[in-house]
Amino acid sequence: MTEVNVTDDRPSGMQGVIADWASDQRAFKGVPWGKAMMWIFLLSDTFIFSSFLVSYMTVRMSTPEAWPNASEVFALHMFGANIPLILIAIMTFILITSSGTMALAVNFGYRKNRKMTTLMLVLTAILGASFVGMQAFEWTKLIHEGVRPWGNPFGAEQFGATFFMITGFHGAHVSIGVLFLLIVARKVWRGDYEDDTERRGYFTSHKGSYNIVEETGLYWHFVDLVWVFIFAFFYLW
Amino acid sequence: MANTAEGQQHPLGVYFKIWILLFILSGFSYAVDILQFEGLLRWSLVCIFMMLKAGLIVAVFMHMVWERLAIVYAILVPPLALIVLMLLMASEGSYTELTRILYFVGGSG
Repeated sequence: MTEVNVTDDRPSGMQGVIADWASDQRAFKGVPWGKAMMWIFLLSDTFIFSSFLVSYMTVRMSTPEAWPNASEVFALHMFGANIPLILIAIMTFILITSSGTMALAVNFGYRKNRKMTTLMLVLTAILGASFVGMQAFEWTKLIHEGVRPWGNPFGAEQFGATFFMITGFHGAHVSIGVLFLLIVARKVWRGDYEDDTERRGYFTSHKGSYNIVEETGLYWHFVDLVWVFIFAFFYLW
Repeated sequence: MANTAEGQQHPLGVYFKIWILLFILSGFSYAVDILQFEGLLRWSLVCIFMMLKAGLIVAVFMHMVWERLAIVYAILVPPLALIVLMLLMASEGSYTELTRILYFVGGSG
C-alpha cells in the first residue's frame, strides 16, 4: 500500500500556516500525532528548564557575594596540573556524539535497517549512561569538597542549590532517555515495527512505521539542546 | 515503500556535516574558557556559539527545517515569551542587588 504524500498539493509559507490551521482538519500535515505530542511535551519542558535557568540568573545577579569561579570549581587535577572544566567538556562531546548516533538511528529506522537501528540506539544509550556516570562522579567530588544546597566553601550560598537543581533535573532527563532508548531498541530488534508483525503494546501502535524512533530521537536531541544552554550559562558564565 | 509519506528521510551526509560542525562549535566555546576571554567579548562569543549549536540541533537533528510552518510556528514562537521573562528578571535581579548593597552590605541601616 502506498500513501499519498499529504503535503504535496497544499500551499506553503504563511498561506500554508493559515490553510493548515483553518477549521475541521488536522493542523499538522505530515506530522504523526505521536510526533506532534512529543513536540508539545518538549515545548512545556522548555518552559520548565527556562524557569530554572532564569531563577538561577536572578539569584546570581541579586547576591552581593562573589559567585564561585566555575573554571576553578569544576577543574580536575590531571597529569600534574589543574585543567579547567575538562570533565564538563568531555561530557559535552559525549552528548553531542550521542545526538549524532541518534540521528543515524532515525535514518536507519526509516530505511527499515533493523540491525543498524538497534545498534545505533544501543550506542546512544551507552553514551547517555556514561554521561550520567560522569555527572555522578562530578556530584560526588563536589559533595566531598563541601558543596551543599545551602552553602559551599567557594562563595555565594545559592551556588549549590541552583547547581544541584539544574544539573539534577537534566541528569534525570538523560536517565529517563536511556531507559526509553533501551525499550525502543528492544522493540526494533524484535521487529515490532515491521509490516507483518502482530505484536501490540506500548509504543507499538502502528505497524510498518518507525516514527517512534524519530519521536525518541526528538526527546534525546532535546536533552542535548538543554545541555548546550546549561553549558553556556552555568559553566561558562 | 509504505508509510514513507510521514517519515523524515534525508541523506546521511547532512547529519555527518552537522555533527562535525557541532563538535567544532563546542570546541570553540570551550576555548573561550581556556583562553580566558573576559567581559563583553566572552559573553558575545559564548552566546553566539550557544545559539548556533541550538539552531543546528533544532533545525537539522530535530528536522525543523523540513517541517511545515504550521508546526514550526506552534513550537518555536511560544518560547519567545521566555525572553521577556528573562529581561524582567534581569532588571529585578540587579535592583535586588542594589538594595542589598545599600541596606545590608554597606551597613548604613
